Amino acid sequence: MRYSGLQVLWQGLTGNRGWGPAWRDPDPKSEYDIVIIGGGGHGLATAYYLAAEHGLTNVAVLEKGYLGGGNVGRNTTIVRANYGLPGNSEFYSHSLKLWEGLEQELNYNVMHSQRGIINLFHSDGQRDAFARRGNAMINQGDDAILLDRAGVRKMLPYLDYEQTRFPIYGGLYHPRGGSARHDAVAWGFARGADRRGVDLIQNCEVTGIDIEGGAVRGVQTTRGAIRAKKVGIIVAGRSSQVAAMAGMRLPIESHVLQAFVTEGLKPVIDHVVTYGMGHFYISQSDKGGLVFGGDLDFYASYAARGNLPMAEHVVEAGMTLMPMIGKARMLRSWGGIMDMSSDGSPIIDKTHIDGLYFNGGWCYGGFKAVPGSGHCMAHLMATDRPHEAATKHRLDRFTTGRGLMDEEATGSQHNLH
Amino acid sequence: MQIPCPLCGPRDLREFSVRGHALGAKRPEGETWSVDWDDFIHNRDNPAGRTEELWFHGGGCSAWLIVDRDTVTHEVFGARLASEGGQ
Repeated sequence: MRYSGLQVLWQGLTGNRGWGPAWRDPDPKSEYDIVIIGGGGHGLATAYYLAAEHGLTNVAVLEKGYLGGGNVGRNTTIVRANYGLPGNSEFYSHSLKLWEGLEQELNYNVMHSQRGIINLFHSDGQRDAFARRGNAMINQGDDAILLDRAGVRKMLPYLDYEQTRFPIYGGLYHPRGGSARHDAVAWGFARGADRRGVDLIQNCEVTGIDIEGGAVRGVQTTRGAIRAKKVGIIVAGRSSQVAAMAGMRLPIESHVLQAFVTEGLKPVIDHVVTYGMGHFYISQSDKGGLVFGGDLDFYASYAARGNLPMAEHVVEAGMTLMPMIGKARMLRSWGGIMDMSSDGSPIIDKTHIDGLYFNGGWCYGGFKAVPGSGHCMAHLMATDRPHEAATKHRLDRFTTGRGLMDEEATGSQHNLH
Repeated sequence: MQIPCPLCGPRDLREFSVRGHALGAKRPEGETWSVDWDDFIHNRDNPAGRTEELWFHGGGCSAWLIVDRDTVTHEVFGARLASEGGQ
């Protein structure tokens, strides 16, 4: 069924009896051309673009839990293209352009809202760094506006402009940045892939990867063996475990990143705002909750929940920036499991095993990357050549040191990103 | 999360910083770049479950510790001085 305003009206008038499931629930076949391990945002987007752009529909997505039950449902839904380094810059620019047409492409309301992102800065040095970043964004063809203090004050009158420790000097405004509805992105890609013939198989955990003579032959799962000519590992958050099934060790450590949401409030924060003193960022969901987060807890974790010290730090940072949120009651907190690569940037590449492809290392940038990642991964798996927007996302850059994408200029070392 | 420092007793997470997997104690021989150095610096087993890590008690006795910990449950089983070595 094609979704539309007219359809909503018609179904409303006829008792909503016409709505069907958005995708099938098929049993796995014994063989596919392509198997995608992981039914999260990136895996579903890859399956969608394999079918939609490359006509490859003999494809299965294997998900150990339910579709979109991992990190695509455990983030803070920010969508942006404000990177500074070659590699990341063209990739996130590509992804943002896909976001801008995503609802029409998928016939699904992902509630993409380009409300603008403002990165605040608090010193002359930080202004210089942000001006440079803004120029890099403009050179990439994206949008960036450097605001002075008065400019920020006009847009964000509710910040504390009196504080002296981190005085607000201005902000880098990225008007096309914003947010989207996280679950809807996974569901929209799932529905689109299913309608083109992709089998989405839930409750199907991959337990082994079959490799013969240096080439992949298929996978072992809790629902039986499945042969495949090509297999894609797209399981950020669990990359190390699945790659180990193919005998690989990855330059990845898993970390927990916490996020928080308050009770629903009337509209009060119109943009996405980030605090330059460290890591604090905030936006308001369409339901009214203030969604905010901060830094990693900084120890390896698969717990999907964090500890109190970082929760306190984030809340304290928020209070120094915008004391008005102090009376909002926090409703929930959660943690996502980040694939932290050692240079802080992602990987979309072939592996040393024929027919086995890897997509991961998304650090804390995975959500905004979903369409771009799926698009580039599908291109790589279909054609065996990297998409032009993802030529630098190589797995061997760590070994050679060539083409590292060290966005924060801290070195290619774990614990520094 | 509390870590039982062998010198200070059980202390709050806030007093510590983490260096990573206890593998970090074993540096490759030689100064020239090799796959061993790449493996040492970048690649990790990254286990989901019980593991040993290097932690620094910067807010306490400044000792480096090897902490035996579960990455899925956050349970801490014990800690010993890294200077006593061993995995």
